[in-house]
Amino acid sequence: MDAAQALADLTEISAQIEAAVVGDTAGGVAASTFADEARGGRVAEAARELLQAAEQEGRGGLVQLQAATHEGSVFVVRDADRFIAAVTPPDPTVGLVFYDLKTTLRLAGEEPETPENPEKEGGRRKQAKPKETAEAGDGEVA
Amino acid sequence: MAKWRKVGAAALVAGASLFFWRRRGARRAEKVDLYYEDGSMISVADETEGAYRLLPLARRVLSAARV
Repeated sequence: MDAAQALADLTEISAQIEAAVVGDTAGGVAASTFADEARGGRVAEAARELLQAAEQEGRGGLVQLQAATHEGSVFVVRDADRFIAAVTPPDPTVGLVFYDLKTTLRLAGEEPETPENPEKEGGRRKQAKPKETAEAGDGEVA
Repeated sequence: MAKWRKVGAAALVAGASLFFWRRRGARRAEKVDLYYEDGSMISVADETEGAYRLLPLARRVLSAARV
């Protein structure tokens, strides 16, 4: 599954996630939920800076973070060289958001589905809500 | 006697309200939770040096996503 499809599935399945981007630690953006590519790039860059600052803040081996503010929460989950960042409203269900982000990051890095292995993409929880109509500028996968 | 009962009840309601208000406030406090590969977690609380560095960056992500 490619990153764009994984993000589309993520926003469809999670009512809490407003927007998300998949990027790499070198500065690239694999996909985002924004129709505006530049906006996805700005979010990815800001998330990358947050991740780097958090790595300097603590010790080595940081794998995920949640920054909770009164305006909302920012989640970042990383693997070896990629990360996924998402924003939610205040007071999200933290464990559920982390689960969905980890699953999305894993699926975004998998080989595309083939007729020989249609069951490869397991682990995704069932759809939680009917998808609302996307707001202007959001909800579309760039 | 009835007067003191009313005062006691009012104090009880006020105390319970204060308890739940403070608990809600604590839950909504700004913070950054850092999770590590060994399963440990560090919570960077508001009004600490780390929070002064990390929370503005988090707000930048939020504002970039919501503009």
